[in-house]
Amino acid sequence: MQPGAREFRLWVIVRALVGGLALGHPPIAAGHEDLPMIEAHALTKRYGERTAVEDLSFTVRPGAVTGFLGPNGAGKSTTMRMILGLDAPSAGRVTVNGRHYADHRAPLHEVGAMLEARAIHTGRSAYHHLLALAVTTGIPRGRVDEVIDLVGLREVARKRAGGFSLGMGQRLGIASALLGDPATLLLDEPVNGLGPEGILWIRNLLRSLAAEGRTVLVSSHLMSEMALTAEHLIVIGRGRLIADTSVAEFVRGAAGTSVRVRTDDAERLRRLLAGPEVTVASEAAGVLEVTGLTSDRIGRIAADHAIALAELTPQQASLEQAFMELTRDAVEYQAPPVADHEGRAA
Amino acid sequence: MTTLPARPAAASGPAVRGHVTQLRVLHSEWIKLRTLRSTLVTLTAAVVVMIGLGLLFCAVSANRWPHMDRGEQLRFSAAGVSVRGFLLAQLAVAVLGVLVVSGEYATGMIRATLSAVPRRLPVLWAKAAVYTAVTFLAMTTASLVAFLAGQAILSSQHIGTSLGAPGAARMVFGAGLYLTVVGLLSVALGTLIRSTAGGIATVFGLLMVLPLLTEALPTTWSISEYLPSNAGQALLAAHREPHILAPWTGFAVFCLYTVVALAAAAAALKRRDA
Repeated sequence: MQPGAREFRLWVIVRALVGGLALGHPPIAAGHEDLPMIEAHALTKRYGERTAVEDLSFTVRPGAVTGFLGPNGAGKSTTMRMILGLDAPSAGRVTVNGRHYADHRAPLHEVGAMLEARAIHTGRSAYHHLLALAVTTGIPRGRVDEVIDLVGLREVARKRAGGFSLGMGQRLGIASALLGDPATLLLDEPVNGLGPEGILWIRNLLRSLAAEGRTVLVSSHLMSEMALTAEHLIVIGRGRLIADTSVAEFVRGAAGTSVRVRTDDAERLRRLLAGPEVTVASEAAGVLEVTGLTSDRIGRIAADHAIALAELTPQQASLEQAFMELTRDAVEYQAPPVADHEGRAA
Repeated sequence: MTTLPARPAAASGPAVRGHVTQLRVLHSEWIKLRTLRSTLVTLTAAVVVMIGLGLLFCAVSANRWPHMDRGEQLRFSAAGVSVRGFLLAQLAVAVLGVLVVSGEYATGMIRATLSAVPRRLPVLWAKAAVYTAVTFLAMTTASLVAFLAGQAILSSQHIGTSLGAPGAARMVFGAGLYLTVVGLLSVALGTLIRSTAGGIATVFGLLMVLPLLTEALPTTWSISEYLPSNAGQALLAAHREPHILAPWTGFAVFCLYTVVALAAAAAALKRRDA
């Protein structure tokens, strides 16, 4: 009944070839059945009085890692559960690779998902957990061993999953997502609980999966991590779409950039730079934080007045700041601001 | 085996590569059941209780036989007493039946399961079929062993019987059948209630507490014999008595309850968020 390992590998190769050809052309026709995509249209989920997701529309395209970003409680997990057909939307719809998830005949081959790492029976070994999932769609045992090796769990594969650390649980979750060699991957907070080594591993894994032409949607509440992993961002807050943009654009648009200037003649320069659109702050003697002027302009002004500059650095708004800026009004639970180590209100 | 509800073409044909089929889901549920320690522990407990209590009851009966009065000796059923352990064994069978489903909800495994089989109902049919087959085999064997060993003890007083005696085979295999349906009912209730504690409490309440409560009612009301456990246990009755249904009628009533519970479970599983 089960297909042999050799047939399976052949099938994977054929699939990769077909996938590669399809990707030779730019993905034009949205909703085309052959393209691995996630498309949400006016997706809404209410739990009684509470609206977890409201009128959410987005498209996740193949070939790039898309970060699904939002503060805790923003509706990321709910959205992911709806993509997988685990929760039924109150309104709207979401399709994966052109169909509702439940309509796929071979779901594990279409979409690999890791929803919260602990979707595992604690009394079962990692190997048997993966095997039980694999046989539902005729994936051979060899593939189970393959993904176990891939995530580095060989040593503990026969041990009860209940004794796994958070990081090992995450790896097992990723192994189950990769079982069917799916064209679309859905990972909910995959770096949670991982050490620096594990985080780097996931980052590279996700990038390489996307580079193979797969669609990769990764949720996180950590903007800085997404900036390193993702190329595209879907940002939600309180269940609503806040931004659907590239990472670079997101940072540029979210907050104005400032320029840091260091000079012995700070007071004179401050007077020279003053203008209606310009703000100059000083946090230490001889250091100015200038907003409203480009570094070129500041350098020119300083040169014209023969002021020697020790430093002239355009400051990118930190990603975390840009993210908080954007989602400030959309945070479900908020603590009062705490002064950071430099004495400013965060 | 349970049958699939009508669905569009492809899946009902021969297994297509990579497609989810009922047979594959059965295989998956068999792996899940056999790879948990709780399965072995609980089933062993059920078998040990079934055989151990049977032997104990037989030994006590053999001891007391010379001291029993005539009426007691007339009502004595050598087959019945040897499979009497089912009363306790049903608790273990019920607990494991509930756990087969509630264990997945408690650990979050259910999301992995339903992502792999998004049509959901094949999961319920497979769980029910696998658990039914396993309990039937284990408990029928246990019942047979309890009967044969019990008769060996009773034969010391020359009161043993054989499977050929009237009603003996019905009681021995009836114990296996009754326990199997208890297991199936528990799978259905576990699916409906989802929590382990709630599921077990409900099954115990239904099978053991409800009959006690109705004892307080006037016997003319004839409710008691239609309660699930009383109806099902009619299959193990040694003698025809008022307020007990005929053996196979009673068992049919018990099966009907189980089918209704299973249908409700299917509807709930299909409709609810996981």
